[in-house]
Amino acid sequence: MTDPQSPMIDLRAVSKWYGAFQVLTDCTTRVKKGEVVVVCGPSGSGKSTLIKTVNGLEPFQKGEIIVNGVSVGDAKTDLPKLRSHIGMVFQNFELFPHMSITDNLTIGQVKVLGRSKDEATQRGLKLLDRVGLIAQKDKYPGQLSGGQQQRVAIARALSMDPIAMLFDEPTSALDPEMINEVLDVMVDLAKEGMTMMVVTHEMGFARKVAHRVIFMDRGAIVEDCTKDEFFGTARSERAQQFLSKILHH
Amino acid sequence: MGGEFDWSVIWKYREALWDGLATSFKLFGIALSGGIFFGTLLAMARLSSLKVLSYPAAGFVNLIRSIPFIMAIFWFYFLTPMIVGKFTGQQGEAVGPFTSAIVAFIMVESAYYSEIIRAGIQSIPRGQPWAAYALGMNYWQSMGHVVLPQAFRNMLPVMLTQAVILFQDTSLVYVVGLKDFLGAASKGGQITGRIVELYIFVAVVFFLICFLASWGVKKLNARLAVAR
Ligand SMILES: Nc1ncnc2c1ncn2[C@@H]1O[C@H](COP(=O)(O)OP(=O)(O)O)[C@@H](O)[C@H]1O
Ligand SMILES: [Mg+2]
Repeated sequence: MTDPQSPMIDLRAVSKWYGAFQVLTDCTTRVKKGEVVVVCGPSGSGKSTLIKTVNGLEPFQKGEIIVNGVSVGDAKTDLPKLRSHIGMVFQNFELFPHMSITDNLTIGQVKVLGRSKDEATQRGLKLLDRVGLIAQKDKYPGQLSGGQQQRVAIARALSMDPIAMLFDEPTSALDPEMINEVLDVMVDLAKEGMTMMVVTHEMGFARKVAHRVIFMDRGAIVEDCTKDEFFGTARSERAQQFLSKILHH
Repeated sequence: MGGEFDWSVIWKYREALWDGLATSFKLFGIALSGGIFFGTLLAMARLSSLKVLSYPAAGFVNLIRSIPFIMAIFWFYFLTPMIVGKFTGQQGEAVGPFTSAIVAFIMVESAYYSEIIRAGIQSIPRGQPWAAYALGMNYWQSMGHVVLPQAFRNMLPVMLTQAVILFQDTSLVYVVGLKDFLGAASKGGQITGRIVELYIFVAVVFFLICFLASWGVKKLNARLAVAR
């Protein structure tokens, strides 16, 4: 429906308020098909809020967001339908604790996409195998480690055959020794050409696969440049400070 | 009365007592399922961001919770026939004490259950409905598949405790002359003059049922505490 040159995700001067408090100020950026964009910035700078506006989990009051040619803020937009092909991975995994791993992987496919139980299970288990957890298929989320749960969460998002993936600090709730098993899955996805918007402080991940890095501060996008530019000469003072802080962590 | 107890009266009235107990259980079952069903809808309305839903729901719940149960039963006994009469054109005969008691019980229980279920829904982290929506589920799917199953599980002990209270409260229907378990005993007592024996019997049966149910809830609580 859209020509290949037009961006997959297009944010135009997006602003959002919580009452009198402005969380997002004139945020403008575009993510092209196949592009991997890393979003970083200090805690409370609005990264989660921004990424949640992309699939309409957070409403916004000003500006425009176009995802795959569809306006997210338009009251006529079928948001569930739009979300069904945008994958999202959360900081706290958010697997459904009352369902088995297999059910977590099939529920969206069956209830939203209308796939048959068999088809959904086949697809879900294939993805579970891909993230290396096929042996856990009958367990419940509470029985898995954090790293395992996050890999299942990624598989669950992929089970919907998304055209783009959003990640909100997918490794920041994990013990250090589990971070890499999750990042590895994400790196593979990036290399396969998945369009990704990733809020993370994992600069190793950014160096390896990001095309662009966005730096946010107090609700505004203060840096939006290529990876090389960002790690070479990140221009703003705040970004410099922030980078030196997290790199020497 | 010679001061001697005559327990044979219970056996003699077993059929009426049994029918009464069946009525009590029927009332209990209908009130419980209706209360949970409408209580869930009320809780969802109360938590809605739409004021046209949340305000009336809050008003209804607070109103019902502020009037004594027995008054609600009494009220609906006189009110429901009038309302039904308005619609059907017939007066009085249209509904009996059982129907009006059911209406009262469902209204009152749905108010109480809505508060329990509301707390249950609020106990679920926001990330859960977010994850459901992110998969493309709509509000009803997110509620039905993700939020409510967890909310009910968290609230199960409180819901069962409320069910025990509800079972005890079914005896209040004697005020509208409905022959529940207590009503049957009362009637038998008037005829035979053996009211003490019959009332003691009713009390023992009620005690046993509620004691066993409470014990079961306690057991379940302990098991849930371990599972968590
Ligand atoms: N529901 C809310 N109501 C009011 N303020 C909020 C709400 N959610 C987030 N905020 C505020 O918005 C700002 C940005 O939050 P967030 O997007 O979570 O930042 P980040 O993900 O970068 O840490 C913070 O100051 C936070 O306190
Ligand atoms: Mg955040």
